[in-house]
Amino acid sequence: MAVDNRFAQEHWEKRDKESPGRHTEIITGPVSDWASDFSHMEPEWATDPYSIQDELRVRCPIAHTDRFGGAWLPTSYDDIAAIAHDTENFSSRAIIMGNFRPPRELAPIGGSPPITSDPPFHHDARKLLLPAFTKTAVSTLESPTRAFCHSLIDALGDRDVVDAAAEYAQLIPMRVIADMLGFPPEDGPQFREFAKNTLEGINLPPQERVTRMSALFYYLLAQVHDHLENPREDLTTFLINAELNGRKLDVSHVVGTMTLLLIAGTDTTASAIGASLWHLAGNPRDRERLTGEPELVPVAMEEFLRAYAPVSMARLVKQDVLFRGAEMRTDDWVLLPFPAANRDPAQFDRADEVIIDRDINRHAAFGLGIHRCVGSHLARMELRVALQVWLERIPSFSLADASAVRWSAGQVRGPHKLPVRIRSGQPQAAS
Amino acid sequence: MPELKLQIDASLCQGNGRCYDLATDLFGDDEEGYGKVLGDGAVPPEKEDDARRAVLNCPEHAIRLIGGT
Repeated sequence: MAVDNRFAQEHWEKRDKESPGRHTEIITGPVSDWASDFSHMEPEWATDPYSIQDELRVRCPIAHTDRFGGAWLPTSYDDIAAIAHDTENFSSRAIIMGNFRPPRELAPIGGSPPITSDPPFHHDARKLLLPAFTKTAVSTLESPTRAFCHSLIDALGDRDVVDAAAEYAQLIPMRVIADMLGFPPEDGPQFREFAKNTLEGINLPPQERVTRMSALFYYLLAQVHDHLENPREDLTTFLINAELNGRKLDVSHVVGTMTLLLIAGTDTTASAIGASLWHLAGNPRDRERLTGEPELVPVAMEEFLRAYAPVSMARLVKQDVLFRGAEMRTDDWVLLPFPAANRDPAQFDRADEVIIDRDINRHAAFGLGIHRCVGSHLARMELRVALQVWLERIPSFSLADASAVRWSAGQVRGPHKLPVRIRSGQPQAAS
Repeated sequence: MPELKLQIDASLCQGNGRCYDLATDLFGDDEEGYGKVLGDGAVPPEKEDDARRAVLNCPEHAIRLIGGT
């Protein structure tokens, strides 16, 4: 049998030396005007992006910024949907907007296929992953996920106040994705660092960003080597053995897809779980209704996904294009804020209200077009189970300190600090 | 009154799965998670509300309900 030397040292050592692509000036600090100087990295956006997006939708509706080397921000559902569906004019070769644009030659594969891939390559790279992420396939993970959620609630002990983000929401997808990829469960806390660096580290100095991203690459490469030595039934072994057009995948494809699954599989779902619990902690009527009608959870969670959609995605303009009045130039970024699409009153009745029994809910939380979140069925399973277990075990809870809640900035928004009171603090009466 | 029939436009479906989440008697998923109508897509009268709900919740507008009045 031929030795599999795709992952040998000489193939990836040059990675750190070569950095083709274009760096742009890092601009941070207060936004002067959201229509012409927007930034999704500033604290006002993290705290309340909705009022900014609502205002821009009326004023612009496509905002611009010179930050990040030039970027656009559509805010209406129609514009966001049109760009998400338009792979002729908008490339996915980079999908995290920052101050580095990878070289054009990286298309159509991109660094983390298939999310960074364009047609026609995209189709086959995505097809490889789809069977592992169908509703039917992920249903086998429901029972262990439920058991894990119960163990997290058990671990909260008898404290009155707990952090529903750090001690619950964030831990669930970490464990699920670690199991799927076959990584040690105790590495979970590192994943949070990797995700934070990837998603929130975009304004770091270039060398610092490279160093941090390299840490992720080398972690994944070590996992690949462990799987080469000890093959087992998981997604990492699957990717090592997978073939496209009769050829095994390049190391960059294997590790790039592992990066995607790890980063997209953790903070996103954690944000959805956290935002849902935040809503319920602050809205006792909705919380009481759901504890009384647990069968409503699948409907209510779609409304949480609409109203608090965690994810925005970016594109790069392929060639100069006039898009609905905006003169977009080659390699401008376009940020697609799916949360803004989901709150467009032209698309949704009472768009700014959370209606937990909303029957018609054509939201775009998982994106639109060919890049629909490949893990959406997994995310929905995790969100449903996380909410069911929490509501069953802790039917009564509230925000312990609303001003202490902290939301992440950037393209994945969710609470990373969420203190909730789960007991009255009074001595419990004997029952 | 002619029977209502469901069709999925495979060129639009992206596998969101809202149809087979909401109307399990009318839709299923294939091995890649794309939606498919069960049987010949005929909708029994008592399932018409489920069929309409699936149509109206598809993010890609990929489902059509044809026939009827």
